[in-house]
Amino acid sequence: MTRGNLTRRGLLRTGAVVTGAGLALPTIFTSRASAFTNDPTGDTVTLGFNVPQTGPYADEGADELRAFQLAVEHLNGEGDGGMLNTFSSKALQGNGIRGKKVAYVTGDTQTKSDAARASAQSMIQKDGAIMISGGSSSGVAVAVQGLCQEAGVIFMAGLTHSNDTTGKDKKANGFRHFFNAYMSGAALAPVLAKNYGTDRRAYHLTADYTWGWTQQESIQAATEALGWTTVNNVLTPLAETDFSAYITPVLQSGADVLVLNHYGGNMVNSLTQAVQFGLRDKVVNGKNFEIVVPLYSELMAKGAGDNIKGIFGSTNWSWTLQDEGTKAFVKSFGTKYGFPPSNAAQTCYAQTLLYADAVERAGSFAPCDVGAALEGFEFDGLGNGPTLYRAADHQCFKDVLVMKGKEDPANEFDNLELVEVTPRAQVEYAPDHPMFAGGELGACNNGA
Amino acid sequence: MDAIILQILNGLDKGSAYALIALGLTLIFGTLGVVNFAHGALFMIGAFCAVTLNRLFSLSFEVVDPTKLDFLGNPAKIKTAYVEAWFGQDFGAAIIDWSVPLAILFSIPVMLAIGFAMERGLIKHFYKRPHADQILVTFGLAIVLQEIIKYFYGANPIPTPAPSAFTGSFDFGAMLGFDVGQIIYPYWRMVYFAFSLVVIGAVFAFLRFTTFGMVVRAGMADRETVGLLGINIDRRFTIMFGIAASVAGMAGVMYAPINSPNYHMGMDFLVLSFVVVVVGGMGSLAGAVLAGFLLGILQSFASMNEIKSLLPGIDQIIIYLIAIVILLTRPRGLMGRKGVMED
Amino acid sequence: MLGLDRKDFTLVLIIALVALLAPFLLNFWPTESGMAQFNAGYPALMQRFAIYGIFAIGFNILFGLTGYLSFGHAAFLGVGSYSAVWMFKLLSMNVLPGIFLAIIVSGLFALVIGYVSLRRSGIYFSILTLAFAQMSFNLAYSVLTPLTNGETGLQTTLNDPRILGASRTAEGGIPVPSLFGLEMNATSIWKIGGWEFQFNVGYYFAAALMVLTFYLSIRLFRSPFGLMLRAIKTNQTRMSYTGLSSRPYTLAAFVISGMYAGLAGALLACMDPLAGAERMQWTASGEVVIMSILGGAGTLLGPILGAGVIKYLENIFSKINEGVLHGWFDFLPEVVKEPLVWLFARFTGEGWSLTLGLIFMIVVIFLPGGLMEGARRIGDLFRKRGKPSDDDKEHHPKPAAHVAE
Repeated sequence: MTRGNLTRRGLLRTGAVVTGAGLALPTIFTSRASAFTNDPTGDTVTLGFNVPQTGPYADEGADELRAFQLAVEHLNGEGDGGMLNTFSSKALQGNGIRGKKVAYVTGDTQTKSDAARASAQSMIQKDGAIMISGGSSSGVAVAVQGLCQEAGVIFMAGLTHSNDTTGKDKKANGFRHFFNAYMSGAALAPVLAKNYGTDRRAYHLTADYTWGWTQQESIQAATEALGWTTVNNVLTPLAETDFSAYITPVLQSGADVLVLNHYGGNMVNSLTQAVQFGLRDKVVNGKNFEIVVPLYSELMAKGAGDNIKGIFGSTNWSWTLQDEGTKAFVKSFGTKYGFPPSNAAQTCYAQTLLYADAVERAGSFAPCDVGAALEGFEFDGLGNGPTLYRAADHQCFKDVLVMKGKEDPANEFDNLELVEVTPRAQVEYAPDHPMFAGGELGACNNGA
Repeated sequence: MDAIILQILNGLDKGSAYALIALGLTLIFGTLGVVNFAHGALFMIGAFCAVTLNRLFSLSFEVVDPTKLDFLGNPAKIKTAYVEAWFGQDFGAAIIDWSVPLAILFSIPVMLAIGFAMERGLIKHFYKRPHADQILVTFGLAIVLQEIIKYFYGANPIPTPAPSAFTGSFDFGAMLGFDVGQIIYPYWRMVYFAFSLVVIGAVFAFLRFTTFGMVVRAGMADRETVGLLGINIDRRFTIMFGIAASVAGMAGVMYAPINSPNYHMGMDFLVLSFVVVVVGGMGSLAGAVLAGFLLGILQSFASMNEIKSLLPGIDQIIIYLIAIVILLTRPRGLMGRKGVMED
Repeated sequence: MLGLDRKDFTLVLIIALVALLAPFLLNFWPTESGMAQFNAGYPALMQRFAIYGIFAIGFNILFGLTGYLSFGHAAFLGVGSYSAVWMFKLLSMNVLPGIFLAIIVSGLFALVIGYVSLRRSGIYFSILTLAFAQMSFNLAYSVLTPLTNGETGLQTTLNDPRILGASRTAEGGIPVPSLFGLEMNATSIWKIGGWEFQFNVGYYFAAALMVLTFYLSIRLFRSPFGLMLRAIKTNQTRMSYTGLSSRPYTLAAFVISGMYAGLAGALLACMDPLAGAERMQWTASGEVVIMSILGGAGTLLGPILGAGVIKYLENIFSKINEGVLHGWFDFLPEVVKEPLVWLFARFTGEGWSLTLGLIFMIVVIFLPGGLMEGARRIGDLFRKRGKPSDDDKEHHPKPAAHVAE
């Protein structure tokens, strides 16, 4: 593994260390040779993939890691090239990044901010990683993004859906390809109105932490704009596994839709239990009772089993899409691993390619140059249709998929079906939208 | 009124789950005096017994069907379960459907074996060691068991549905004269409640009315005297450990349809089960059961919207708050014996 | 010297020396070699060694001396971190006010929790402390978000007031925690041959405090107060018969140990200005319990050792992925290599917690006194051969008299 000169901004005067350490230093003190953190001076460049490997999201992390490994192969010109062939930018040649072979290190976020930062720090300080990517929760994404900003490396967020990541906690060195809670709401609401009517009374169960709140706020605003009323919003503890006490009041509330703003195991349990309580067999206000899960993933659908059938939700991407980029990616991923990629995998793969491409176009590994190349970048061919990396908040704008649990799966991976591709224009918002206000990117940081 | 009745039902159901988990723990922890941090893992393994049996029943052979395509566009392989091929489609499907109740029968020998192995191989050497050592060794064991399950089953929750005969809900409201559909309760949760009462009753009866139980109770009270009487108390403690493990396992099996099993679920219940046992009082089986139901019902009430709007976040802390209040007003929990793990 | 007898003074001296030379001792392998994976000499991990060392030393004052097993010590760690970050946000990025406030606040917190919890002993005490910590964690994660920033964790931002400092630096970034201008993340590097040694201000700051707190804890262990605490552990009933009330002593120990945890929490925030609620979760409380027991509860050095081993495994083993393993075994023929990589991959990378669990079991089964017991046995072995026993500085054996267990 190559190591750059690990010096940082605020490098200290020799004397300070001497007094601090009580040592007489010989004169082999390194000079500040490089202008930014972890400048790759050798013939390889190291990327850091920081994903959950233990804890409830370990399977999602494993899928992200598979995608990263595939992306590295393709960047190094191995394998069939995947989405490199369909990517609209042709700067990448399959000879690594700027001629340097891509190496990578991995770490475990444990889906805890502290552990994730410790892992990212070790990648930056010990392994000389110049970019950090991955992650499966917004808390971790925001924490690692802050760290990368301070250390002066680029952070390409993995799966993070909270508005805050590119809202009040946005950072100049951080970039998000994944969609967000606002987009989920904006895409889902019209489909819900079309299928369930505009006169609906919704009851929300919301995981009691930051992501849950932004998700709930977004979907409530979007559905109310189309005529729905919100009967109640009940916050549920994150560690809860038995939601019965929260589900039974729904029966008496007069609501005819239940919105589950839950993710992962929370959602699997709350949906399973809501179905057990027979909510979906009920008729309220002369309408069939419905359940909606604004954000879900292939793994959650798998965990919920038959209960997911007929449930509307949104995803960032789906392997069932038929565009050239998706087909190429599913083919190389499926051939290598034997099953289709999840949307967490796709976002991680795309982020790695986007980073590499930005370095090529910038002609430099310096984070500020790479950031400038990503800002306002328009591209296509990575599976989501024409996409814009908006300069104002480093959020990708692209089509959002509204999905539905498939009634009659053709195989074990086929648990979600595409209902609608919501065009990008419909999910766009102003950078200073109230749900995203309160933060600023700040200046980009090259570190060193 | 109907809301309150529903929360009482919820509380009884939640409470029966807590009581069942705490019952197994208190046999080991409250009476044998071993701080068993692997108890959650035993519960988790029980749940995975249900998953395993479901997988075993669903073992399939593959036939290539050229008329269908898989996700890569290659000819699809159609899977057929062996049980369906052997016993006919309907009966085979019924076996798979009933895998959770059948898993109880499967889990008892498995959990007994695990319990015996654990006691003989490990815990036996730790009865006289400080509690700190017991914590470390059982916590290590819990991690190891977890990682083994994770290796085979992954980290994602695994859907383990109850038999289709138990889907749907029972309408209590109609029975009690309320409007139809206002007070309904899922059949499976009622089964769980009934099941836990049976298990709790069986354990109590076993300890109270059999000679074996009498000796064990005597052994808990004064191990040395019982040993001096020429009774092999060690062997009985081993059996007790096996029973405790199977109670935990059965709790896990039956809980699988309510809480989709994942390798991490034991840790989620670990802290809670310790709180329940200690609130119930060390050394008291009845106390653990009582505390389980009490905390379950109180937690259900704390989750009511009316109460949450008054005290935001109360449902997050109610269990711990109640635990503190009880332990401060009753020094040894609800029904604790003097001198058990007080130093 | 410094109020210590010769043996203890040597011990402190050795700790100080090891801390001073840690960047060398922990970077054992040349950077380019395959074994460099095992190097732990980078700032973030060395800082954690020192900080969790402080946490464990503090925990040991309560557990090792009085035998009271607190299962909620992480609450003080979390409170310390939050206090420090709030100081960074409101006052200045100088670490001293943050640390000062953290110690005060966690001390008060410990006073309240300790006053209530110490009314009970044994397991009842443990569950009371656990309940308080879990309540703090659950509330910090949800309802108290305005104060704690919930799931995301409390961070410094560009718009913080920072009355005595700047909201943002000249370059437009967030200022870094510093000690009168010495930035905590400043690092200088020596390259000697194939080796690369990193000297980080934050690490030396934390290490200096660790040595100081270790010194204070030795003084405390050897003081009449420490003797009193040990008497409580041995036989509380007998002590109360002599007319002494044990509660003030245990409460004092609890508060001191809570302040140690608060200091550790503040230092975590100084190295990396973020305070997350997970720091207060029961798993974090459990971790410090495990650290003490693993190292050897009641011994002076044990808890530090335990903290080091756990943090090392967590940070080093989790990063050895299959790619690295392939690199190691590349010289072997494919038939041997693949099974070997498979086997190792179960214990490293995503399987690192399996290794952790196994080590817990092995240590407690074969070394009933924790790692210190192992060190003592090694020491005995050397002594039998007539070699001096203190040539192994990390495993410095201690006479049995020091072991309170």
